[in-house]
Amino acid sequence: MTQVFGFVLSLVLTFAALFVALKTSLSFQTIIWIIGSLAVVQAALQLFMFMHLKEGEDGSTQTINIIYGVFIAAVTVAGSIWVMSFGM
Amino acid sequence: MSANVNTSLPLEFQTEQNRMNILGFWIFLGAEIVLFATLFATYSVLSTRYAGGPTPHELFEINGVMIETILLLTSSFTCGLAIYEMHKENLKGLLTWLIITLLLGLGFVGMEISEFITYVHEGATMQTSAFLSSFFVLLGTHGLHVSMGIGWATMVIIQMVKRGLTPVTARKIFIIGLYWHFLDVVWIFIFTFVYLKGMV
Repeated sequence: MTQVFGFVLSLVLTFAALFVALKTSLSFQTIIWIIGSLAVVQAALQLFMFMHLKEGEDGSTQTINIIYGVFIAAVTVAGSIWVMSFGM
Repeated sequence: MSANVNTSLPLEFQTEQNRMNILGFWIFLGAEIVLFATLFATYSVLSTRYAGGPTPHELFEINGVMIETILLLTSSFTCGLAIYEMHKENLKGLLTWLIITLLLGLGFVGMEISEFITYVHEGATMQTSAFLSSFFVLLGTHGLHVSMGIGWATMVIIQMVKRGLTPVTARKIFIIGLYWHFLDVVWIFIFTFVYLKGMV
């Protein structure tokens, strides 16, 4: 059943992120990249396995809308950090 | 609008109106992504401005955060099981899993409120520093979403108990399910970029 698989995978990803963040001595930059990637994978898992983003008659419309939302989100967050990092 | 009924689809997709409402809700979720993005952007920029107040290292406790995370993650799973039972037209299973979902949600909100109270007692209030202002706004907005979700789902459950499983109630359950999963998606990023990042 996809629900159980998705749940177990989410737990694994959560504890993997916890382990990388608190139990390893990698550099701060490396840790952020690893746990950030794990978060994106887990979010995608929720969207596709639990929310069935691509399914239904309007699956492609929904997908394009969410991709656009994610794009604006990425520009807002990365842009803010980039702009505000000058002069610090 | 109730024309164009296709009974071969799951209940929530059977009418034109239902399909439009579900598409509309996805568009709302797109806007919610952007709303939370502005709060994450603010937090990311201000997260190191402590103004002499407590730092994330001094404040955050991993055990409480992990319990909150597991509660919300499990509630997202049980919510998925509720929709699964709905597709089997098992009303009792649907209700059971939905109520478990809401109890887990209540547990999450309770943990978060006690976490905030602890912070305030330690002298970490919204007015203490830019870090804490943006922290409380981001976390508070998410917590408010969860609380409103609990109230909303309770009303939908009452309606379903009264009217039974129809295309209309099935669509409402399906939409609150999408909302609930979305709140877990937001929490994944709070867990990663607020808590874990603050404790590295």
